[in-house]
Amino acid sequence: MLKELRPAIVSFLLLTLLTGIIYPLLVTGFSRLTMPAQANGSMISKDGKPAGSRLIGQSFSEPKYFWSRPSATNPMPNNATASAGSNLGPTNPALMDVIKARVQALRDADPGNKQPVPVDLVTASASGLDPHISPAAAQYQLARVARVRQLNPDRLHKLVSEHTEGRQFGILGEPRVNVLELNLALDALR
Amino acid sequence: MSANGLLQIALFLGVLIALVKPLGWYMAQVYEGKLPAFVRWIQPVENIFYRLCGVDSRQEMRWTRYALAMLWFAMLSVLVVYAMQRLQGLLPLNPQAFAAVSPDSAFNTAISFTTNTNWQGYGGESSLSYLVQMTALAVQNFFSAAAGMAVLVALIRGFARHTVDTIGNFWVDMTRSIIYILLPVSIVLALVFVSQGVVQNFSAYQSVPTVQAITYDNPKLDAAGNPLTEKATSREQVIAMGPVASQEAIKQLGTNGGGFFNANSAHPFENPTPLSNFLAMLAMFVIPAALCYTFGFMVGDTRQGWAILAAMTLLFAGFLAVAEYAEQRGNPAFAALGVNQTMSATQSGGNMEGKETRFGIVNSALFATITTAASCGAVNSMHDSFTPLGGLVPLAQIQLGEVVFGGVGSGLYGMLVYAVIAVFLAGLMIGRTPEYMGKKIEAFDIKMASLVILIPPMIILGGTAWAVMIAAGRAGVFNPGAHGFSEILYAFSSAVGNNGSAFAGLSANSLFYNAALGFAMFFGRIWLMIPVLALAGSMAAKKRIPVSVGSMATHTPLFVWLLIGTVLLVGALTFVPALALGPVIEHLNMVP
Repeated sequence: MLKELRPAIVSFLLLTLLTGIIYPLLVTGFSRLTMPAQANGSMISKDGKPAGSRLIGQSFSEPKYFWSRPSATNPMPNNATASAGSNLGPTNPALMDVIKARVQALRDADPGNKQPVPVDLVTASASGLDPHISPAAAQYQLARVARVRQLNPDRLHKLVSEHTEGRQFGILGEPRVNVLELNLALDALR
Repeated sequence: MSANGLLQIALFLGVLIALVKPLGWYMAQVYEGKLPAFVRWIQPVENIFYRLCGVDSRQEMRWTRYALAMLWFAMLSVLVVYAMQRLQGLLPLNPQAFAAVSPDSAFNTAISFTTNTNWQGYGGESSLSYLVQMTALAVQNFFSAAAGMAVLVALIRGFARHTVDTIGNFWVDMTRSIIYILLPVSIVLALVFVSQGVVQNFSAYQSVPTVQAITYDNPKLDAAGNPLTEKATSREQVIAMGPVASQEAIKQLGTNGGGFFNANSAHPFENPTPLSNFLAMLAMFVIPAALCYTFGFMVGDTRQGWAILAAMTLLFAGFLAVAEYAEQRGNPAFAALGVNQTMSATQSGGNMEGKETRFGIVNSALFATITTAASCGAVNSMHDSFTPLGGLVPLAQIQLGEVVFGGVGSGLYGMLVYAVIAVFLAGLMIGRTPEYMGKKIEAFDIKMASLVILIPPMIILGGTAWAVMIAAGRAGVFNPGAHGFSEILYAFSSAVGNNGSAFAGLSANSLFYNAALGFAMFFGRIWLMIPVLALAGSMAAKKRIPVSVGSMATHTPLFVWLLIGTVLLVGALTFVPALALGPVIEHLNMVP
């Protein structure tokens, strides 16, 4: 019984040292030297100060901004210390209520717009921190933002296109628009 | 499904299959001790390691001693992971000053990570220090994966050898799994992840000003202690950090699945781009798939390995088609609310609740099917919000025993047990003594195989029945109706199957679920490994009988279909009634 105890204890310690300390420190050191921006959270800086991460979505509700996807984090939306989805099931009446309310909020902010709402704009993301919306969701909001900001819609259309990412290598993933970067660019206009 | 969707899936399967032979060959060399030249420079380190441990690497073990070594190591792991969580507040690398984890949650997590389950009752970024994540949890990601690979290699040796009583040395098999396979691949993968934006640092959480102030309802207690909410305004966002990339790499590669953050691979800091997602999916499948080749190579007939891989791939394709179809079709109830779910060039459409824009439907359904085929349990979308049929796929795959690729090591040893059952059934049908790999399958072997097949459903169904009958079990349910039952069924399936994904609406961080699921994970792992090792010992001791006209070939399409049939039949017969009460009823309620 006890013959295997020494190898168990010693190998536990040695392998912990290797995989739990040397390995992560090696990866950290190498990343800090060669890819410091990514390793530290892909921060966006504005006037020399961090203004958010391009990978972590923020919440928007004013009509002059493009809105992000709904976030189910607690207690506030887009809480980056407590990532979470809604976990509402597909037949849960609470899911219907919350989607109805989101559709209504979008319609209230843009009364003339009668198009159906792109699904990603009214459903909560998995992480609650999704930095992107679909190009369709950006198109849906374009007229509203242009009107509130008194911008030429063509000019705004061009700005949205500049912040639209295609599929990676033309194949992987989905086309998407980075909401935080787009809104920062909007505020920087003029 | 769009042409691009099919292309993404074809690309994934193509790259996977292309890697099977080179990696499978390499692993066979490592386990047979014939190290290829490009890794031979590591060998002196390996030898020093054995000297310090007091291990004679040439001395092999009988199956009982092999199992004992595995058990000592697992027990020690549970104790250390438990202790580190309980002492978290006193230990360094804790910039957010998290206090000790509660005893029941620490027990659950300790079992969870040492059994390769990585079920998570806690939220990583809101409860665990960097030290605990890095030196307790990520280390177990290596150890539990290596233990699974070691047990598989022991079983393969059982088939490959004859008339001997030993099946290898546990310490050697485990050490080699880590230093020649898991660690080198993890280093490369972690660095690619960082290049895509996965964070890797030891900084405190970073606060940034938000572009727009947000008002929200903040929960608080009034003077009498009753909960209520008050309006609050926030102008900043606090962003969680940590040594994520190093943990993320082994979490995927070792089919562990325990996320650094609560949202797991949906979190943009764990899985920021479609490329990181592609590699994360590939990492889950590459070792389980390549081990099929390793198996064929070590038993001296690679066709045997390809046949098993073919059965796995066909089963996988079937499940994937259902998941993709169901999620793309979306939720019929949304249409009446003025929501557009149609796929187009500018949106993925479909059921986007609990999914991320950059992954869309194609990569969310693909990831969900992979993570539950393998016993990984990482998620890049929330399974609880899947459509009923989309959610049935992960659930059913876990219940089949995760033999469709499966966990590293555990998937293939599970599938080999099914192969033994399949030749036994075929033998019964034609009235011959069954053989597999030139070994006569006898009563003891069938008893051990039956234990592996029967123990999981017993705990899953028994546990679910118990939980729905008592108040503490029902209290955790989040969604009403049939979906609530699915949440409980999924939890027990995931725990016993050592998967770790969840219908996460279930509030599982309670005394009842922490304890019940903790034991379920333990028995689902250890009680299967021991009969598998017994089977290995029994096989190694047998004589090899020469192939005759009466032998059934186990590398033909006929055998592939027989194996698929056995997996589906045994799985379906056991779980159909339970699935009918959950996802099937919910589907019938949902369709108009």
